[in-house]
Amino acid sequence: MGKTLAEKILSDKSGVDARAGDIVVASVDLAFVQDTTGPLTVKQFRATGSQGICGSLRAAVFLDHAAPSPNQELSNDHILLRSFARDTDCLIYDVGDGVCHQIVAESLARPGELVVGADSHTVTAGGLGAFACGMGSTDVAVVLQLGKTWFRVPESIRVSVTGQLTGAVSGKDFILHLIGLIGADGATYKALEFGGSAVDQMSISQRLTVANMAVEAGAKAGLFPSDGVTREYLVEQGREEDYRPLAPDVDAVYERTIEIDASRLEPTVARPHTVDNTALARELKGIKIQQVYIGTCTNGRLEDMAAAARILKGRQRHPQTRVVVAPASRRVLLKAISAGYIEDMLRAGAVVLPPGCGACLGLHQGVLGDGENCLTTANRNFEGRMGNPKAFVYLGSPATAAASAITGEITDPREFW
Amino acid sequence: METGRLLRGRAFKFGDSISTDHIIPGRYAYLRSNLPELAKHVLEGADPTFVSRVGEGDFVVAGSNFGLGSSREHAPLVIKMAGVSAIIAKSVARIFFRNAINLGLPVLICDTDGINDGDEVEVDLKAGTISNLTAGGQLTFSPLPDVMLAILEEGGLLPYIEKYGDFKL
Repeated sequence: MGKTLAEKILSDKSGVDARAGDIVVASVDLAFVQDTTGPLTVKQFRATGSQGICGSLRAAVFLDHAAPSPNQELSNDHILLRSFARDTDCLIYDVGDGVCHQIVAESLARPGELVVGADSHTVTAGGLGAFACGMGSTDVAVVLQLGKTWFRVPESIRVSVTGQLTGAVSGKDFILHLIGLIGADGATYKALEFGGSAVDQMSISQRLTVANMAVEAGAKAGLFPSDGVTREYLVEQGREEDYRPLAPDVDAVYERTIEIDASRLEPTVARPHTVDNTALARELKGIKIQQVYIGTCTNGRLEDMAAAARILKGRQRHPQTRVVVAPASRRVLLKAISAGYIEDMLRAGAVVLPPGCGACLGLHQGVLGDGENCLTTANRNFEGRMGNPKAFVYLGSPATAAASAITGEITDPREFW
Repeated sequence: METGRLLRGRAFKFGDSISTDHIIPGRYAYLRSNLPELAKHVLEGADPTFVSRVGEGDFVVAGSNFGLGSSREHAPLVIKMAGVSAIIAKSVARIFFRNAINLGLPVLICDTDGINDGDEVEVDLKAGTISNLTAGGQLTFSPLPDVMLAILEEGGLLPYIEKYGDFKL
């Protein structure tokens, strides 16, 4: 009997024949924390009395959620994390370097690896064929100590992609459509495994967007195969040596299979206050938007900046709609500057923020006012998510966000593409 | 924790899809290194009166997908700090589930429709039963995997690792 991607990676890392439903102890390759979960990890790690981080593990600290820090409390958390990184000699990415998941994709995660992060969107690295899983601060503290942790090997839901995403329709529309279909708990405790005849038409940027939101269906991991597209991406990032091909067995056993013809999808939006509350962008015309937010670990990559700039170039934002742009990493920001995307967006009336998470979780830099609507390219629209329980958050693609910025209401981006 | 002990308290009933932003939203991230202050906001997004009413031993009783969203362990932590002895829900999001057990806070999965807000409830962790002392009736909950039960028995992941030095499957 063949194996799914999840079973293959967890077998490899646990040294046993891991099958769905089994509980295994597996070696972790990469573990990381960020600035809102890291301080508790440090406290718990110190409580274990460990002298240092397990030698077999690559470990990293990211200062990205409050970057730069808006207040003394978070600044003091940053001091703690910088000192932890110095003491343990682990990697640290400081203010301005970018969002953890983007840097993990650009520089750290390798296909076939086991990645654990104290952040729910750690699943993003599944876009590169890593089994990447979000956990809490204490779980990660113990991973830092022992270099391993326990996993229940998840059942997998196979999502078979046929047909190609075209024009203004992107990976974001694909994953919103899927979550609308299966629900916000449709994959709880399971892995979403993406494959099918057209998966090789999806860029790594799109795959990272799709994998990023696997957790919004409750999934433990969202996994793509590692193929020629993965190799090309790793070459672009200057780490060709990290490539290895990875595919599920043809006779792998899935809990179920969902087929999605990507060529038939339309721009999709999730309405407040759950991610599975989806509708087509064109059905929501007339809903006024006071803030558009383009960025985050979901959609802050160069392709996303390109899509937004393509629509905003030579146009002006609606006078009642603020446009906030936060590229996901320093590398993305530099490339977006070189390509002229940042200038296009600034001239259209956008505010450009340093790479980071800030407004997505309502921490700073773009907190909403009472009764305001925001169309964001992020992954969550929960009540209170963007800093105000009296505000309303809609999720869409960078193209939908940019088109809505021009008209001041939710807009199908195909009108401007 | 002593899993042979009976837990008894009042039910505080919540609906479906109570997210980590209802439990402890990101806008309070600056309080995460000041837990007593952070804990004053527990479940504020779902019921602002919860923190002033909840007492030692009480239960958070919810519908489906409780704790969805963030990996922030502060969510189960502030619920535990409020004195809650267990979370009872139809279903619980994965990361929240694991975090709660790692902190020694039991999570019991069963159909919660038969428990109303304010009901007096008794939980027998060992027998896997929940008795509704107000409305009558008994529910059974799904057993935890052995590894989680063992972690819970030691009072959380850190004491478990301190005792065994490793994961014992």
